[in-house]
Amino acid sequence: MNIVVLVKQVPDSGADRNLRNDDNTVDRGSANNVINEMDEYAIEEALKIKEAHGGEVTILTMGPDRATESIRKALSMGPDKAVHVLDDALHGSCAVATSKVLAAALGQLGADLVICGAESTDGRVQVMPHMIAERLGVAALTGARKLTVDGATLTVERQTEEGYEVVTASTPAVVSVWDTINEPRYPSFKGIMAAKKKPVQTLSLAALGVASDEVGFDGATSAVVEHTKRPPRSGGAKITDEGEGGVKLVEFLATEKFV
Amino acid sequence: MSEVLVVVEATKEFGVKKVTLEMLTLARELGTPSAVVLGGTGAAEALSGKLGEYGAEKIYAAEGDEIDGYLVAPKATVLAELVKRVQPAAVLLASAQEGKEIAARLAVKLDNGILTDVVGLDADGTATQVAFAGSTIVKSKVTKGLPLVTVRPNSVTPAPAAAAPAIEQLSVSVTDTDKLAKVVERVAEQKGSRPELTEAGVVVSGGRGVGNADNFKLVEELADLLGGAVGASRAAVDSGFYPHQFQVGQTGKTVSPQLYVALGISGAIQHRAGMQTSKTIVAVNKDGEAPIFELADFGVVGDLFKVVPQAAEEIRKRK
Repeated sequence: MNIVVLVKQVPDSGADRNLRNDDNTVDRGSANNVINEMDEYAIEEALKIKEAHGGEVTILTMGPDRATESIRKALSMGPDKAVHVLDDALHGSCAVATSKVLAAALGQLGADLVICGAESTDGRVQVMPHMIAERLGVAALTGARKLTVDGATLTVERQTEEGYEVVTASTPAVVSVWDTINEPRYPSFKGIMAAKKKPVQTLSLAALGVASDEVGFDGATSAVVEHTKRPPRSGGAKITDEGEGGVKLVEFLATEKFV
Repeated sequence: MSEVLVVVEATKEFGVKKVTLEMLTLARELGTPSAVVLGGTGAAEALSGKLGEYGAEKIYAAEGDEIDGYLVAPKATVLAELVKRVQPAAVLLASAQEGKEIAARLAVKLDNGILTDVVGLDADGTATQVAFAGSTIVKSKVTKGLPLVTVRPNSVTPAPAAAAPAIEQLSVSVTDTDKLAKVVERVAEQKGSRPELTEAGVVVSGGRGVGNADNFKLVEELADLLGGAVGASRAAVDSGFYPHQFQVGQTGKTVSPQLYVALGISGAIQHRAGMQTSKTIVAVNKDGEAPIFELADFGVVGDLFKVVPQAAEEIRKRK
């Protein structure tokens, strides 16, 4: 099975994250950039399918030059190769335009199965899998906590607000996964060394047949008008329980009218 | 005034979800709200009373297995047709999994911008979003097409405004491509009659400090006494204390209740990302240095197995 995993480089969610003041895009320059955490689960799931059913695993990333670090990191887990969509015109692209670019790249790669994280930790927008599926005219099985592959039939347990749904489709399809689906492997030393030699193909917009005014700020379908930092929350009263902690807690709740 | 389409979120068990009432309230500021019910047969009829109470002037319905038996694609197709026909001033969906997914497909079908996790919307279409775990406030606009936004639950206070909506059944013409992802089973795992996590006014969450699955009864008891939902930190979920759909945090649900109670939760960034826009936060933790106290309006440094039962007893006394 030809599996493509979408990998996004994001600013580390454990550190301070900002938007740039000049163009309101995510500040990647001052941030510690890492693989979107949920994508590691997507890579793991792809590797497990390859191990069980054979095939090839390709990483697909759209992003600036420095995304190369995340691509190598992804490859060190075990995928075979990577494709990096890299073009200065992409800076400032909205979700709709991004899905157009990724769909064009996926069309060229001819994937049977596209796996991605259910959301990224920076935008948390959660729209990419369905946008891509809509463009490619394939099934989207999203929010998977379990994925079963039986020949060309995919079955997913999809997490919902109320519980879960069992959803099925045939390949080709897009599957998005939550972090409950598996436990991603750590790259081995051998894996890290091998990753340095794995092929990473760079694709420009021209190679994908997407015009530069369809992406970036020119092609954006939405715009950030302004952004402000929220003042950090400050702690209030803190007491140490000396036998009356529960009562005092309820007294506080009562003054706030919760009891 | 132009119509504003509000795509209804509802469950069989509890009916119209609160976020739907919030969206109807928000829609009245922008135009005339029309509710769109995309679901099983008879859904619109069952929900029409509540939708009318909150100002839906009209209800569009697309119902049946063709809609409900597949994953979101048929719903997006029907909605796209409706948008083209009525040319609404805006389309509002819930910022939950399915709402975002329908909106995603609609955006591609109409080549229209999309804004998610919106907490406020001005009449000129300027949306307010909260980004980076609540640390940044963003104002943004759709610049191509109509305002297509998903609204985060607990952003607006629902206000009733009586209307008597008529139901218009939409003709359903979904394509084979829309029917590629088939739903073969729906399993409810929601426990009891507690409010849903993202919609609840009160959330009581337990973390690693709760110790084991059995002890979560303590968390549930306090939640029930306060009429709230139960949440869990990632550490608690990873340790198998509580199911994943109740996880609050960066890789779980984002909640913004009136009251958030954190029990045995240290307050790692992963957790804070999902709850720090809560209005009032209280915490019980035995470690006085735990970062959760930096957020808490009221904190108790102590043993939760002593503090929580005492608090529960005190609430019972006051009732």
